[in-house]
Amino acid sequence: MKNFIVPDNIAISDSGFIFLPSTGETFTLNEMGKEIFKLLQAKKSLEEISSEIIKEYDIDEHTLERDIEDFILRLKSLNLVIQV
Amino acid sequence: MKLAITGLNATDNPGPGVPLIRSLKHSEEFDAEIIGLIYDVLEPGIYMENLTKKNYLIPYPSSGLENLYERLSYIQQQEKIDVIIPTLDSELFGFVKLEDKLEELGINMFLPTFEQLNIRAKDKLFDFCSDNEINVPKNILVSSISELQKIPEDFDYPVVVKGIFYDAYIVNNLEEAKTAFLKISSKWGLPIIIQEYLKGDEFNVVALGDGTGQTIGAVAMRKLYITDKGKGWAGITIFDNNLIEISKKVIERIKWRSGMELEFIRSSETGQYFLLEINPRFPVWVYLAPNAGQNLPYALLQLALGNQVQPFDNYKVGTIFVRSSWDLITDISVFEKITTKGEI
Repeated sequence: MKNFIVPDNIAISDSGFIFLPSTGETFTLNEMGKEIFKLLQAKKSLEEISSEIIKEYDIDEHTLERDIEDFILRLKSLNLVIQV
Repeated sequence: MKLAITGLNATDNPGPGVPLIRSLKHSEEFDAEIIGLIYDVLEPGIYMENLTKKNYLIPYPSSGLENLYERLSYIQQQEKIDVIIPTLDSELFGFVKLEDKLEELGINMFLPTFEQLNIRAKDKLFDFCSDNEINVPKNILVSSISELQKIPEDFDYPVVVKGIFYDAYIVNNLEEAKTAFLKISSKWGLPIIIQEYLKGDEFNVVALGDGTGQTIGAVAMRKLYITDKGKGWAGITIFDNNLIEISKKVIERIKWRSGMELEFIRSSETGQYFLLEINPRFPVWVYLAPNAGQNLPYALLQLALGNQVQPFDNYKVGTIFVRSSWDLITDISVFEKITTKGEI
C-alpha cells in the first residue's frame, strides 16, 4: 500500500474531533482511529503504524494491517489524508 | 454621526438589518446613532432593546419613488442622517435611482450602479460567468409553458425552476415543472429560469468590493443547518482558496461597489465550484464576518463616508453561527405609537 499523509491544514483535537477547514465538515474518531491518525500526521508509513499499534493490542499482524488499510482508505475518501 | 438602516424584519425569513447593526456595533471604533427604516410596524428590530435610537416607517418600494423620497426628506429634516445602508434586494433599485437626490440632502450611500446590478441579475448571470470563465450551471429562460417542452433536450431531470427575483423548486418531470412555472410566474412574473441541477454542497461568501475592482474582504461559509424554507440557520466559516479567488474575480470583473453575497455549489462529482447567484447586498449571516475577523459592514460604512479602507487578508476559520428565535415582549403603547405616528 502507498503511503499517506495528513494535509497540514487539518488538525485533530485531544478528543478525536477533526475539522476540515476547506469544507467545514467535522468528524469524530475513536481512540484507535485517533492514534492511527496522529501517526499519519507524524508521517509514519503503514508498516511503522502497524508495528506501533501491534505493541499495544493483542491482534495478528495480517488482520491489523488490513484494518488499518481499510481505515486509511476511508480517510482518503473523506479527503482527510492524501496519497504521497 | 447618524446612520439609517433598513431590513429590521428579523423574522423566519430575516432581513440583514439587525445583523448589520450588530456588526457595526462589534467595532470598537463605531460611534453613531442608528435610525431604523421599516416597512412594517411589526418588524422585530424596532422592539429590540438598544438596537436603534429611533425608527421610521417608510413606504414600500412598489408605492413609487416619489413617496419614498418625500418620506426620506421628512426623516432627514428630523434626523440629519449621514449615511443610509439599504439592505434588501427589493429596495435597491429605488435607492440607486434616488442616490443623487439623497446626496443633495446630505445622505451618503455606498451602492452598486444600475449596470452592476443588471450584470448579476439571475437572468444575466449565465452570460456573465460564461464570458469570464466562471463555472455556472447551464440555464435557459422560458416565458411560456409550451417552452418547457425543451427542457429534456437541454438537461436531464431533475432541474431547478427559479423565479426572476425569488423562489426556486427542484422538479423531476415536466408536470412538476409546469406546476412550478405557474406558481412562480403568478407571483414573480416572467421569464422563468430553468437551471441544471447540480448535486453537491452549498457554500456562500460574504464580500465587499470598493468599486475599483478591489476586494476589501471576503469570508466563506458552509451552511450547517438549512430550514425547510431553505434558510441557513447555522453555518461555519471555511477557507478554500479557489472559492475566495473566484469571488475576487467576480468583484474585479464587475468592479462591484457594495456588500454582496455569492452563492456557490461544489459539485460532488468534480469538486468544482459553480456560481449559483450573486445577491447585491450583505446576507443575513453577515454578523459571522466581524466575528471571524473581517468587519465588512463597518468597512462599508467607512467607504460610504469617503474614507480609505485597507483590504482584509485573512479570517478565522471554524467560527460558527447558530441562529435562534426569541420572543420580545412589549407594551401595546409602543405598538400604538409606531402604528399611529409612523415613528418611534
